[in-house]
Order: sequence, then C-alpha cells, then structure tokens
Amino acid sequence: MGDILTAKNLNLWYDKTKALKDININIPENSITAFIGPSGCGKSTFLKTLNRMNDLIPNVKITGEVCYKGQDIYGNSVDVNELRRNIGMVFQKPNPFPMSIYDNIAYGPRTHGIKSKVKLDEIVEQSLRNAAIWDEVKDRLKKNALGMSGGQQQRLCIARALAVKPDILLMDEPTSALDPISTLRIEELAIELKKSYTIVIVTHNMQQAVRISDYTAFFLLGELVEFGKTDQLFSQPVDKRTEDYITGRFG
Amino acid sequence: MLSKKRKAYILAMKSIMLISTALTAALVVFLVAFVFIKGIPHISWELLSTKPSYIDGKIGILPDILSTVYIVIATLLFVLPLGVGAAIYLTEYAKNKKIVGIIEYAAETLSGIPSIIYGLVGMLFFCQFLGFKTSLLAGALTLVIMNLPTIMRTTQESLKTVPQSYRDGAFGLGAGKWRVIRTVVLPGCVDGVITGCILSVGRILGESAALFFTAGFAHSLYGILSGLVNPGATLTVALYVYAKENGEFEVAFAIAAILMALTLLINLSATLVGKYFAKKREL
Amino acid sequence: MTKNKIIESVIHGVFLILGLVTVGCVFLITIYLVISGIPAIKEIGLIDFIFGTEWASTAAEPRYGILPFILTSIYGTAGAIVIGVPIGFFTAVYLSKIAKPKIKSFMESAVSLLAGIPSVVYGLVGMLVLVPGIRKLFNIPDGASLFAAIIVLAIMILPSIIKVSMTALEAVPKEYEDASLALGATPVETYFRVSVPAAKSGIAAAVVLGVGRAIGEAMAVMMVSGNVPNMPSLFQSVRFLTTAVASEMSYSSGLQQQALFSIALVLFLFIMLINATLNFFLKKERD
Repeated sequence: MGDILTAKNLNLWYDKTKALKDININIPENSITAFIGPSGCGKSTFLKTLNRMNDLIPNVKITGEVCYKGQDIYGNSVDVNELRRNIGMVFQKPNPFPMSIYDNIAYGPRTHGIKSKVKLDEIVEQSLRNAAIWDEVKDRLKKNALGMSGGQQQRLCIARALAVKPDILLMDEPTSALDPISTLRIEELAIELKKSYTIVIVTHNMQQAVRISDYTAFFLLGELVEFGKTDQLFSQPVDKRTEDYITGRFG
Repeated sequence: MLSKKRKAYILAMKSIMLISTALTAALVVFLVAFVFIKGIPHISWELLSTKPSYIDGKIGILPDILSTVYIVIATLLFVLPLGVGAAIYLTEYAKNKKIVGIIEYAAETLSGIPSIIYGLVGMLFFCQFLGFKTSLLAGALTLVIMNLPTIMRTTQESLKTVPQSYRDGAFGLGAGKWRVIRTVVLPGCVDGVITGCILSVGRILGESAALFFTAGFAHSLYGILSGLVNPGATLTVALYVYAKENGEFEVAFAIAAILMALTLLINLSATLVGKYFAKKREL
Repeated sequence: MTKNKIIESVIHGVFLILGLVTVGCVFLITIYLVISGIPAIKEIGLIDFIFGTEWASTAAEPRYGILPFILTSIYGTAGAIVIGVPIGFFTAVYLSKIAKPKIKSFMESAVSLLAGIPSVVYGLVGMLVLVPGIRKLFNIPDGASLFAAIIVLAIMILPSIIKVSMTALEAVPKEYEDASLALGATPVETYFRVSVPAAKSGIAAAVVLGVGRAIGEAMAVMMVSGNVPNMPSLFQSVRFLTTAVASEMSYSSGLQQQALFSIALVLFLFIMLINATLNFFLKKERD
C-alpha cells in the first residue's frame, strides 16, 4: 500500500497567528486515517489544506507542500477544481443543497459536464447505493433533500461527494451533529468505503477513532504530536502528551 | 483542466456581471453629473431668496423652499409619536400574535401603496371630508400615513437591540411598565428614531404625486402657521410644475441640483448615523 | 384596582390605539377607494369600463374605457422588468459574492442614491435626454412614448431589485457554497448553480417589489410618456393607470372625476395582488 497524500514541512498562518506548525505526514491509500486532538488544535484546519478549502479564507498563508499522488497540490499548474473533484469533502454539519435528492447527487457530475439523463440516473443510483441510502430514498428522489433526517442528510452528502468519483474522502467531524444510531451507520459506511477510497476523518470522539480508523494522528496546538497505527497509538503512545490526552487527563 | 464549455460559461457570466455592474455605476455617475452640470449654473442667490413675480418675469423658489421645510416639520411632528408609539406597542405590549401580525401586515401594505393613491385619498379625506382644503397641512397629514411604516420599522428594529436584561433589571427593582419604557426602552430607540427621521425626510423631499392634490402648487410666501393652512408647492412639486407645465427647464434643473445635493446629504448622514450608533453599541 | 394599575392600563390602551393607527389607515384608504370608485363603474358598466378601448372623458359624448391604461401599465411594467431585472440581478450577484469590499461599499452608496433621487428628477432627465434621444434614434415624430417610460421605470426599479436580491444572496448559508466548491465547482459556477437557486424566493420577492414600484410610479412616467390615451404601442404616446388619475384630477368633476376614482380602485386592486404575492415570497424566504 502506497501513500496517497503526504505533507512536508507544512505551515499555515491566519493573518499573523500560526495555526499549523511544520506538519509532516504520510497518509496511506485505502485506509481510514483519523485526526484527533482537543478543539482548536488544528486538525480541521489541516484537513482543509488537503483539498485547498483554506484558499477561500482571506489572509491565509501556507508554506511547505502537500503532495497528492506525488504532485504538490499547491503548485502553479494545479487545477483546484480538478483537485477538489479527486479529493472530496464531507462537512461537520450536513449541508445538502436546497434542491431535490436527485439534483443534489447530480450536481457534481453535471458541473463536470455530464448531461446524459441515462448516465446521470446511473451515477445517482450508484452513489446512493454506495452511501447505503438508496433503499430509503429511491421512492422520493424528486423530494427536497432538506426534508430528510440529519443522519440521512449526512449520508446524502457522502453520496454527493462520491458521485464525482473521488479517490479520497475528507470528513470533518461528520457525526458530531448526529444521534448515536445515525453515527453508527456513518461509521459502518466509512469502513465499507475504505475498500475503494482513502478516508481521512477528523473526530473529537476517541472511541470513534478506535472503532473505525487504521491510523491515527494526534494534533496539539497546531503540531502533529504523534502519528501511527491506531491500535499502537492508543495502547502504547510514544509521546507523553498523547498519553495524557487519550487517558483523558486534558481536552 | 476545466473543459472549454465550463471556461466559456464562467467567462460569459463574469462578463455579464461586470457589464451590469458597470452599467449601474455609469448610470449613477451620469445622473449626478448631468443634473449638477445642468443645474448648478442656474442656482443664484436671487433664485433662492425671492418669490416668483409675473410683473418682473422672474422666478424665485424661496416659497417652495419654505413650503418644503414647513411640510417636513409638520409631518415629522405628527408621524413621530404615532410611529414610535406603534413600535413600542408591538415590541413591549402586544402579546397577542394575531394583533401583531395584523399591524405588521397593515404596515407592509401601507409601504406598498403608490403615492398617487395616497394623494387621492388624502384629497378626499383631509381636504374635502375634514375640510382642510388644499393646504400644506393636508399634504403633511397625507405624508404622515406614508411615512408611518418607515418610522415604525426603524424604531422597532432598534428596540429589538435593547437587551431584555435591561428591562428585567428595571422590573426587578419594582418599576412599573410605563416607567420601564420611559427610562430604559425609549432611550434605547433613539438611533432608530433618528434613522427613521432621516429616511422620512428623504422620502418627503422626493414626494410629488401625493402632494399634488393635497398641498397644491402655489408659490406664495408665508410664515409657518399661515403657510400650513394655505396651499404651497414643495421643491419637488415645483420642479414638476416648472418643467412640465411652464417649460422653465433652467429653474427645473436648478431645483433638481438642489434636490440631488440634499439626497446625497441624506444618504451620507444615514450612513454616518448608522456607523456612529453601531460603534456606540459595541462599546 | 390601585391607582397605579389604572394608570398602567390607560397607558397600555393609548399604545394599543397608536398601534392600531396603521390598521385604521389601511381601512380608511380601502373604504374611500371602494366607496368613491364603485359609482362610476356602476354607471358605466364594469365590462365597458374595464374592456372599453376608448377613453374620451371630455368629449360631447364621453367614453370611459380604461383598457388602454390597464394594458399600458402592464406592458410598461413588463418592459421595465425585462430590462431592469437582468441588470439588477447580475449586479447583485457580483456585489454580494465577488466585488472587493471597496467596490461593494461604493456601489451600495450609489444604489442607495439611485433609490433616493426624487422621481421628478428622473422624469426631468428623461424629458431632456431620453425623449429627444428616442426621437432621433428611431426617427419618430415624438420621443415621449411607452419606450421612454419603460427605460425610466427600469432605472427606477434597479435599486429595489439590487438591494433585495443582495440581501437574499448574502443570507445563503456558506455551507452550501463550501459543499459545491468541495465538489470541484468553480466559484462562479457555485454562485449561479447553488447560491442563486438557494436565494430564489428572495430574488422573486425583489422582482415582485420591482413590479409594485413600476406599476405605482406616476410623475416620472407622466413626464416622458406623452400622456395620450392610446392603446399601448412601443413608440407611441401612452397613458398609464397612475397618470390617467394624475392628469385629469385637477380639473375634473362629476362622472369624469368618479371614473378617475374607479381607475385608482383598479390600480389599488393590482397593488394588493402584488403585495400578497410579495408577502408569499418573503414568507417563503424566511422559512
């Protein structure tokens, strides 16, 4: 298994505040990598550097490099839109567009130039099946997506991200706004999805990281303190700060 | 890379947006420049300080300036207590949602009615039914109805920013409702009242259709009290009469330039007042 | 009851009355328009009044058909919308989503100024720039026409369209836009395919508000439309519902004056319909 995403000496500033300090990490393909750490530690910020969503925030400065399949995504020749198509994102709060379920899923493919109704139908069904929500919504594809429950909305958002056929799925605390049962379903889904995708998930819930992830990265105050196999990091942390955090001494 | 189709779409949309915005900007610049260039040369002290005289064949707009001032004062005098009172009722007293809904719907309806209809009803009600005849007072009262929703809305908005804790604090000290309103609530809505006044003055200055049949279009010189019971043209009405009825375009443009300058002034003061109170609230 | 309680309830009553003044005004206006508008319609006959194509109020045998005014008002408003809405809409998208803060704040003041300029000033500039311009450009005897009125109205509704659309576009949750960008859509694609659809009720409200403004405007169109009761045609002098009332009111009496009140009633019904539509969209926007 190769590393699909790597960061080298990555620093990020908001105005004059340094939010990420010299991050180095290699994220392996077809696995789930969890980012944990107390709030404000930089884990979400780092996640957003991986598909350049931070570009949208004014006064952000980034140095160092992030390589996707060996190419620096901050390089001059990179097409941000193509990058974001390959590295999809699921947000903390489910954010379906105020349109029908069908149009939500079809939005991405349509944007990238797919017009054929047959093809779109196929993509919509396949994406919804992959996100394990097809059976629940197949009879109401034309209904507004905002009428779904929070858990369903989040799976719809995952399906929407899958519809543009990405390699990597970035998930920013995808279950923090959901009830336990919906959370469980998203977790099952994530494990299912890692067969064909690479998943990076930010979570504030350490049990979740243990349950689903293969690798875990612990962030503190903008630094990547420790990164390793999940079972190892949680059973024999190398850094004292990691140990303090996972044993609940702070955070 | 983006497909050609997408690139073309983005370029087309960007161009349309830029052209639209540029067009809007150019329009404003043209209007302001045109009116000033055509109007300012014809503004003279004589024009501002005299009344029209058929004998000398001269036009002066002093009566129109005074009529405008009188009508602004009279309108605000009536509309302020009404509008502020209504806003206080809505935010402080009304518990019944239905009544609030009805009053707010009525206010929205009022702000949607065209001024020509106000003029007509004002003529029927104030001039004929109440017997005020065609007079500045009848015009002012018509404008009171038109401006009621504005004052109500701005006052209501500023009342909403008075923290509930202030009221609770005052009630907690055993103050009665009226006392709480006088001491805590009213001082809190000063900014809304001032904003409302500025907006209303702007609207009164710009109004013509509603005043045509209620306040008339005479150019006689009066003091404020006798002015109010006699007909008179405000600057805006005078502009219309000079341009459309008399073909006196030089005077019309002079008035237009004055109105344009006043509009600029009003917009500027509305912005400044808004900024001032926003800053004050932050402290 | 103690003395204090009595005072409090009296004050409560006073405020209640102040609150109800607006409702009273709406009733007053409605009742006056209905009472004064009905007699002429009765005398002329509803069908002849609404669908009559000839208005000759001062003829020896007067005719009171207001179809020309109704159609002129509808065509004029539609024309203003066709021209004003696209310009206003695209300006609003640019200002709310793309423009740099400095340009945005300059344009916001410019738009407020546009909204504040008295309608007679628009009429005056229209009379001296637009009317002769149209006469020369299209080589017609008189430039005072429906076309001139449409241009003036399109300019006059711009501020409402821009302001209300901007408010709606700025209220679109950033999450929608983020989701679209994360799918690889460009910012411009995102604004038009996600933000605009999400703000559609608010933009619809802006258009309806524009319709209300355009149909109710009197003085500016009076100054540029020629004020002749023709059936509407783009390059002919026309008379609107509003200008029909305004142009004859000062010298009319008897049935002629009553017919003017009836025209005002028709205009009022249009406006009430527009207000109801506006409220529908505003409520939808809020939900």
